[in-house]
Amino acid sequence: MSETRIDVQVEHKHAPPPETAKHPNTCPTCGSHYRDDELAGALWVCGHCGHHFPMRARARIEWYADEGSFAEEAMDVRSEDPLSFFDLRPYSERLAEAELNTGLGEAIVVGQASLDDHPIELAVMDFAFMGGSMGSAVGEKFSRACDAAVERGVPLVSVTSSGGARMQEGILSLMQLPKTVCAVEDLHDAGVPMITVMTHPTTAGVLASFASLGDVTIAEPGALIAFTGPRVVQQTTREKLPDDFGLAEQNLRFGHLDGIVPRGEQREYLSRVLRLFS
Amino acid sequence: MTERETELNLRQRLSGLSRLPLLRGAKVDGEADRLQSQLDRLATDAGDEAIWRSVELARHPERPYTLDYVERLLEDWVELHGDRGRADDGALVTGLGRLDGRTVALVGHQKGRDVKERIDRQFGMAYPEGYHKAMRVMEIAGRFGFPLVSLVDTPGAYPGVLAEQHGQGGAIARSQAAMTRLEVPTVACIIGEGGSGGAVAIAVADRVLMQENAIYSVITPEGCAAILWRDAGEAKKAAAAFKPDAQHCLDLGVIDGIVPEPGGGAHLDPALAAAQLRAALVEALEELDDVPGDELRRRRRAKFRGMGVFA
Repeated sequence: MSETRIDVQVEHKHAPPPETAKHPNTCPTCGSHYRDDELAGALWVCGHCGHHFPMRARARIEWYADEGSFAEEAMDVRSEDPLSFFDLRPYSERLAEAELNTGLGEAIVVGQASLDDHPIELAVMDFAFMGGSMGSAVGEKFSRACDAAVERGVPLVSVTSSGGARMQEGILSLMQLPKTVCAVEDLHDAGVPMITVMTHPTTAGVLASFASLGDVTIAEPGALIAFTGPRVVQQTTREKLPDDFGLAEQNLRFGHLDGIVPRGEQREYLSRVLRLFS
Repeated sequence: MTERETELNLRQRLSGLSRLPLLRGAKVDGEADRLQSQLDRLATDAGDEAIWRSVELARHPERPYTLDYVERLLEDWVELHGDRGRADDGALVTGLGRLDGRTVALVGHQKGRDVKERIDRQFGMAYPEGYHKAMRVMEIAGRFGFPLVSLVDTPGAYPGVLAEQHGQGGAIARSQAAMTRLEVPTVACIIGEGGSGGAVAIAVADRVLMQENAIYSVITPEGCAAILWRDAGEAKKAAAAFKPDAQHCLDLGVIDGIVPEPGGGAHLDPALAAAQLRAALVEALEELDDVPGDELRRRRRAKFRGMGVFA
């Protein structure tokens, strides 16, 4: 990966508009451009340089799960607005817009499925829903996935993609850290395995809670995996950042991951791990 | 109309206006400015001022820190240093001492008093090594049946290159996990800043208390303002929006009680603040005394698993 995700621009309300963003189907690493169907056919991986584009939760579930095996759970859990939070727009409006744009009720989709005939529980986050941020509803849905895995005695496969806790829920979003940690500890106590796939980005509150507690933890190539992202580190400490700061590759080198598995090989990898734990 | 309804109504109208892209820069701006100034006036009501006062008192440079309380609360204090792996993190102190006649284990963030000490202790922002040290002492507490007391006072976990390389996120997750496993009574008190993951890492306790002027939040007011308002100068507005003060945390079911402070803040009378903290800690531990260990653990997990508001 030659791409560095270091961005040191200071955000300010009078700042000039950012450079025009590239088209979502244009590879930020090598500039190759794809049609929607080309990207979908390649699991949203750049055929030229191997860059991993974001993959939506439903698409990933469809790919991981044996055909027709996925049964969604906790679909009715929705966020509320306990603080009547208003920044530049009301939180309730941001929620409604996210639901409209993503077709999802929240930033995580959970349910039962099978993968190569291994029964599993799946919990898959979607960055497109408010940056995959974890509020009360995400915490609740993840916890219910843990309970469902324990109840059926099947492994939990968790796919993370999140900017962290959802600030609009204030302290309650911070409490989702211990809440999900408790749910994972109950899972551990029941002897149920948890396999975690970290995708770009897995940061802050989600990394500092359930994402870090898997029995086997892998990441996608080039994913940012950091408690504090490069921009904030740079602004706060003025430190010189290494080129691969916070990326999956650095995390592997420092011992925080069991492996980096390209998307195309993940299904086979998961199947092998599930076989070992069955 | 109540004040709250007025506010909501204004916000809805303002938000409606700001989403009229075609009209930007035209007359709407004047209307939007007028609504915004009405909102700003509403936003600086007494409650919001009280919240900001807590933010200022929680960060007051003379506020008592963990070691100031240790010397007033604990007898026979023995500080335990180092994580047995890499370092001794001065931002998080740990040790054993006697509280009200019995041995307790203590973990707590420690800010520095003068410039040199502040730098040595990274302004109370712990590295992963600090949380590893805390976990080591939690393990001692569990093995010997010592109750665990946590004193939380940090702007957040240290946001640096080495901290990331040493696994800051994982350390915070595992420190919480260690607390969910303990079968001894645990009490945490936020004594200043309860900043985000770095704070909750040592606050997954049977009883979580907050001093009257402490704050507990998912992000600093400045950080929240920089992200959501795109201007760190809007910290006061951000604090009013996410309500980090003790009363709101109690109302939301996040903490179990508020510890009174001397009038005007703990820094004006540290001895009295320590006496009030002692009384609250002793009372909380007494309530937990007769509960069997596995039941403590079960109740602790049930409490945290019940947190959140959703439909």
